[in-house]
Amino acid sequence: MTPDRIRIAHPRTDAARTPAARTPTGEIEQQTAVGQWYIASLIRSQRRLAATVTIAAIGGLMAVAAASALWPGWSRWRLLGISAPWLVLGLGVYPVMIAAAALAVRHAERNERAFVDLIRHQ
Amino acid sequence: MTGQLAAILAVGLVALVAALAGTFGLRRGRTVADFYVASRSVTPARNAAAIGGEYLSAASFLGIAGLVLVYGYDMLWYPVGYTAGYLVLLVLVAAPLRRSGAYTLPDFAQIRLGSRSVRTMSSILVVLIGWLYLVPQLSGAALTLSTQTGAPDWLGGAVVCVVVVISVAAGGMRSITFSQAVLFWLKFTALLLPAIVLLALWHQRGDQVGSGYPTSRSAVSVTLTAPTTVRAPVSEVLTLVGTVDGRPVNGPVAVGAGSHLLGAGTRVDLRPGDVVPVVSSLPARTGSQWLQPLGSGLQHPLYASLSLILAICLGTMGLPHVLVRFYTNPDGREARRTTLIVVILLSGFYLLPTVFGVLGRSFVPDLLLTGQTDATVLLLPQRMVPGWPGVVLGAVVTAGAFAAFLSTASGLTVSVAGVLAQDFLRRGREVLQHRRITAFRVGALLAVGVPYGLSLFARQLSLAAVVGLAFAVAASTFCPLLVLGVWWQRLTPTGAIAGLCAGGGLATTAVLLTVAAPLRPGWPATLLAQPAAWSVPIAFLVMIVVSLLTPHRLPPGAARAMARLHLPEGLTGDPGPGRH
Repeated sequence: MTPDRIRIAHPRTDAARTPAARTPTGEIEQQTAVGQWYIASLIRSQRRLAATVTIAAIGGLMAVAAASALWPGWSRWRLLGISAPWLVLGLGVYPVMIAAAALAVRHAERNERAFVDLIRHQ
Repeated sequence: MTGQLAAILAVGLVALVAALAGTFGLRRGRTVADFYVASRSVTPARNAAAIGGEYLSAASFLGIAGLVLVYGYDMLWYPVGYTAGYLVLLVLVAAPLRRSGAYTLPDFAQIRLGSRSVRTMSSILVVLIGWLYLVPQLSGAALTLSTQTGAPDWLGGAVVCVVVVISVAAGGMRSITFSQAVLFWLKFTALLLPAIVLLALWHQRGDQVGSGYPTSRSAVSVTLTAPTTVRAPVSEVLTLVGTVDGRPVNGPVAVGAGSHLLGAGTRVDLRPGDVVPVVSSLPARTGSQWLQPLGSGLQHPLYASLSLILAICLGTMGLPHVLVRFYTNPDGREARRTTLIVVILLSGFYLLPTVFGVLGRSFVPDLLLTGQTDATVLLLPQRMVPGWPGVVLGAVVTAGAFAAFLSTASGLTVSVAGVLAQDFLRRGREVLQHRRITAFRVGALLAVGVPYGLSLFARQLSLAAVVGLAFAVAASTFCPLLVLGVWWQRLTPTGAIAGLCAGGGLATTAVLLTVAAPLRPGWPATLLAQPAAWSVPIAFLVMIVVSLLTPHRLPPGAARAMARLHLPEGLTGDPGPGRH
C-alpha cells in the first residue's frame, strides 16, 4: 500500500483545503443575492435554536445556584433520605441535559431539512 | 506490600494496553491526514467514546472527589458543568466546526477570517491552554503513583510522558482514536465497579453523613513531611509524636481548639472517633454546613458558583484537544449525533466522583490533615473494604486513574504537537511528508516535556483548581472567537485579535496571580480565582466593538465561509440518508 500522493497547488492557507462543494444548487454556489438570502435565513433559524438552548442551559444552572441563596430552606426537602439540592445536582440535572441535547439535535436537523426542501422544490 | 504490588501491576497493564493500542495504528498511520485526524472516518459511537476518553481527565475526577470531600455541595458544579459544557458545545459549534473542514483551532481561525495574525494568536493560545491543562494531569499521575506505590514524586509524570510520546509519535491521531475509545471504557468500568461495591456496603451498614466535624473511622497514622499549620475544630486529646507549637510531644496531649503548628516529621495517630484537625489552607466545616448549598466555607460562594458555571460551560469548546476530535466525524450531522452520545456518556460518568467524595468524607477524613484530598478516590476502597477485596478494588481504581491520565495527556499532546509542528516547527513551506511527520514528533516531545517540567514545581496546587483555570482561559479566548466566528458574519480579524488579547490577557493574568501570589481572602482574591464572570463578557464585548469599528477589515470571503459552516451536506450532490 502506497500512501496517498499529496499535490501542492498554491495553497492560500496553511490549513488543508477541503475539496470544493461538489454540486451545490446554483444560486448558493454563485453567492447570488437570492442564494445569500436563503443561507441567511438558515443561519438565523439555527442561531435562534443555539441561543435558546445555551441561555436555557446556563441560565437554568445559574438559577439553581441562585435558588440556594434566595430560598436556603429548600435544602430541607428530602426524598429517599437525600436532600433536594443534592438530588438535583447529583442526579436530576443529567437526564434534563440529555433531553435538551436530543431535542437540540432534532430541531437542528429539522431546520436543515426545511432548508434543503426549500432549495430543491423552488 | 500486596497493595503496592497490585497497584504497580495495574499501572503497568494500563500503560501496556495504551502503548499497544497506540502502536496498533503504526502500520496504517502513514499519511499526514492519518496523523492529524484519522482520515475522518470514525463512527459516531467510537468517536463519542474517544471524546469521552480524552475529556474525562483523572485530574478532574480525582480533583472533584477531593473537592467534594472538603467543601461539599458547591463542588457539584464541577461535574455538572463538565457535562453542560458539551451540551453548549453541541448547539453552538459542533456541526459548523466539522463543516469548516479545519484540522485545528488555528486552522478554523484562518479559514473563517483569512488572517495569518489571528492564526498565530490562536496557535499561541492553543499551546498555552494545552500546557496549562497538561500540568495537573502530570502532577496527578505523580500523586497516584506515589500514593499507591510509594514511588518518588517525579516518576508518575515521567511514565505518562514516555507512554504518550511513544503512542502519539508512532501512530498519531488514528491510533489515538482507537486507544482513547478503549481507555474510556476502561476507566468508566474501573470507577463504576468500586463505586457500586462501596455504595452497596455503605447502604448495607446503614452509614450516614454525620452532622458534626469529620471524625476518624479507624486508627490511622498520618506523618507530616513538612511543618504544617492545622486548625483543631474542637478541643480534644490527640496522640502525637513530634512537635506541637515548638514543644516536643510523644503521646496523648490536650490540643485546644484553634491553630497549631506541627513540626516536620510529626506523626498524628488518629483513633476512631477523633475529630480530624484540618490543614489551615482548607476550611473546617461541620457535616450540616458541608451538606448545605453555599456552605463551602469559601468567600462569596454564590459568585464563585456562578462564575464557575460560566467558565466550564463556555470553556469546554475552547479546549484544544476537544475540538480536534470533531474533525474526525464524517460530516456535520454526525458531529452533532456524536456530541449527543458524549453528553449521555458524561452524564453516566460524572455521577461517580460525587459518590467517591461523599464516601470519602466519612472514610478518609484524615486527608484533611495533609490537604492531599486529591487522593480520596485512590485510598477509599482499601479503607472501606478490608483484606484482599479492598486491595483489588484499589488496584482497579488506580488503573482507571492511570488510564485517564494517559488518555487526556495523549489527546492534549496530539493537539499541541499538531499546532507546534504546523505553525512553529515547519521552516518555510516544507511539504515533504516525512518532514512534516518529523515535525509532528518533535512537537509531541515539546508538548509534554514543558508541562512535565512545570508539574515538578506545582505540587501543592489542587488538581481541580488548575483544571478550572485552564477552562477560564479557554472560555475567555476561544469561546468568543468560535461563537462569533460561527454565528456573526461581521466579525473582523482586528476584532478577533483584540478580543483574544483582552480575554486571554485578563484571564491569564488572573490565573498567574492566583497560582503564584495568592491574595488574602476577600473580593479581589475571589474575582481573580474565578475570573470567567468578568473576563468572558469583556472578551465578547471587545471582539464585537472592535469588529464594528473596523468594517473595512471584513474579510472578502466572509459570506462564503459562513455558508460553508452552515450548509447541510445533504445539499451538495447526494441526497442524505432517507431523503428523496
